[in-house]
Amino acid sequence: MSQISKLALVVLLVTASAAALAEAIDGTIKPRSPNWAAIIMFGCFVLVTLGVTRWAALKTKTTADFYTAGGGITGFQNGLAIAGDYMSAASFLGISAQIFADGYDGLIYSTGFLVGWPIILFLLAERLRNLGRYTFADVVAFRFAQRPVRLFGAFSTLAVVLFYMIAQMVGAGQLIKLLFGLPYEYAVMIVGALMTAYVLFGGMIATTWVQIIKAILLLGCATVMAIAVMASFGFSLDALFARAVEVKTALASAEGMSQPEATARGASIMAPGNFIKDPVSAISFGMALMFGTAGLPHILMRFFTVPDAQAARNSVFWATGWIGYFYVLTFVIGFGAIVMVATDPTFLDSTGGLRGGGNMAAIHLAQAIGGDLFLGFVCAVAFATILAVVAGLTLAGASAVSHDVYASLIRKGNTSSDDELRVSRVTVVGLAAVAIILGILFQKQNVAFMVSLAFALAASGNFPVLLLSLLWKGCTTRGVVWGGMTGVLLALGLTVLSPTIWVNVLGHAEAVYPYTSPTIFSMPLAFVTIWVVSVLDRGSRAVVDRAGYLEQRVRAETGIGAATATSH
Amino acid sequence: MVMPLRKIAEDPCYQALVARRARFTWALSGVMLVVFFGYILVIAFNKELLARPIGDHSTTWGIPVGLGVILVAILLTGIYVRRAKRDFDPAARALVEKYTSE
Repeated sequence: MSQISKLALVVLLVTASAAALAEAIDGTIKPRSPNWAAIIMFGCFVLVTLGVTRWAALKTKTTADFYTAGGGITGFQNGLAIAGDYMSAASFLGISAQIFADGYDGLIYSTGFLVGWPIILFLLAERLRNLGRYTFADVVAFRFAQRPVRLFGAFSTLAVVLFYMIAQMVGAGQLIKLLFGLPYEYAVMIVGALMTAYVLFGGMIATTWVQIIKAILLLGCATVMAIAVMASFGFSLDALFARAVEVKTALASAEGMSQPEATARGASIMAPGNFIKDPVSAISFGMALMFGTAGLPHILMRFFTVPDAQAARNSVFWATGWIGYFYVLTFVIGFGAIVMVATDPTFLDSTGGLRGGGNMAAIHLAQAIGGDLFLGFVCAVAFATILAVVAGLTLAGASAVSHDVYASLIRKGNTSSDDELRVSRVTVVGLAAVAIILGILFQKQNVAFMVSLAFALAASGNFPVLLLSLLWKGCTTRGVVWGGMTGVLLALGLTVLSPTIWVNVLGHAEAVYPYTSPTIFSMPLAFVTIWVVSVLDRGSRAVVDRAGYLEQRVRAETGIGAATATSH
Repeated sequence: MVMPLRKIAEDPCYQALVARRARFTWALSGVMLVVFFGYILVIAFNKELLARPIGDHSTTWGIPVGLGVILVAILLTGIYVRRAKRDFDPAARALVEKYTSE
């Protein structure tokens, strides 16, 4: 595996030289000049994770190792890995930036991202572990006709993974351009190359440990930042809020607002504001976040990495705790940034905005707290965060292609482990290339929009399909496929007709679908379609489908016959 | 070894376990849904309720309510894990053992 050490060297050299190059040639856009502390610390992260990958590569022999780390991850480890998979740079930088700009509204986002986890625990996690091996389509297809169900599973997995991946790649490119002074295309390519190395050689074992390391780093640095903020206010949240309101009021009057207007603007950060425009969009968005979490293929896949249902359950408990704790920290960090960043002219550009754009609030706060060295550390952690998330996404996409499409459909199960492994590795390289190209093509796209679309698709397709196939006896192959496709296509269609695409991108005067999120219609319609089609299904397959429920239920509830862990 | 899945499905112990667990998980899911969508509906229809300061502090009612939603989510997962370990796991294990020894 000396390829890995060579790759590490190449990545370091490219990072360093491209940074220097960007500094030399880029006079017009003027990204931040390279932060050497950040580059060195990021280099350390790359070296450590590639070392882990090398170790993982030696242990990755079968498809079970590659897709699920042989089922040998403990509940606690998997909880951290799930947190590492789920806490994206978008949530760290995006939510703290939103709190920096509007205060309270960021908290609404955070709660939405968290409340899907208990639902996963109560309704899905243990059943998934008891019935599935590698992909969520294993679980849905348990008693149904393999071909149509797996085709749907692969289609919806790739749809969700691609939109989520574009968001991460674009975010990565923009972030790294700002943090390290690298050109956008280089940044996207470095992310693509590293994630390919992790997944290609180390499979799920490497991906899991990259996610665990990243989760610990991210939680650690967010904790330090939150404690530093709280310490300067005598550990009184109320004092922090009071000062933040003062700062926002002063900034508003400096912009020329009258005194009552400025006071109202200042007070507005302590209450819900314009984030939620109308009740329909509010509920729809809430549904997308809550149920979308329960349908994300790269998250569902993590439940197959533990030895049994008990460990799956424990991993959600740990993940919920870590993720919830993280959102509380980002709340403090956002308010800390209002007080410590918005008042310091070194962090502001000539127009009074944040240097480097709105997403940089947490990054500037790091510098205000701990100087260049801590800034470098936080930058490196932000980069690591993106890497861990894209690695998980790539693995989920690759397993859908190699396990659901190739092994189960094309070869109808008659394939060797080596053969299937080869296909998934080719897919990994293909997906990485697609991710890099899409990342460059969609450079100007709104990242938050892409993420919410991925959640809407997962909530409208995977979630209804999974829930009804697990819990409803009458569910049939036809119902699942028709309902799932209806949900996914309707969510996509309504999104195209919504203001974001129809008006802002396509330039029409008025949106056909006036709300910001499709889920309030697409998700219930998916449930109804599954139900109606299943009830009306008179085919011979439907008889088999319904008859299979009893045994599936016993297995799901007791864990009898569940795939066992391979020992390491 | 082949387990008699259909026989287990007819076992009253199995049926009791499944019913107990279903009641509990749906109840907890219901609590989470009511708490979260209640929060969203308050934001959608009555923002002022959350904008009111607590006493003469700067902190508004929205802060404990929002952080409370996060806390409820974590607590509910804890409650489920505890009950599952004490009640559902031993019941499921007993069931599997009963049919393994036969």
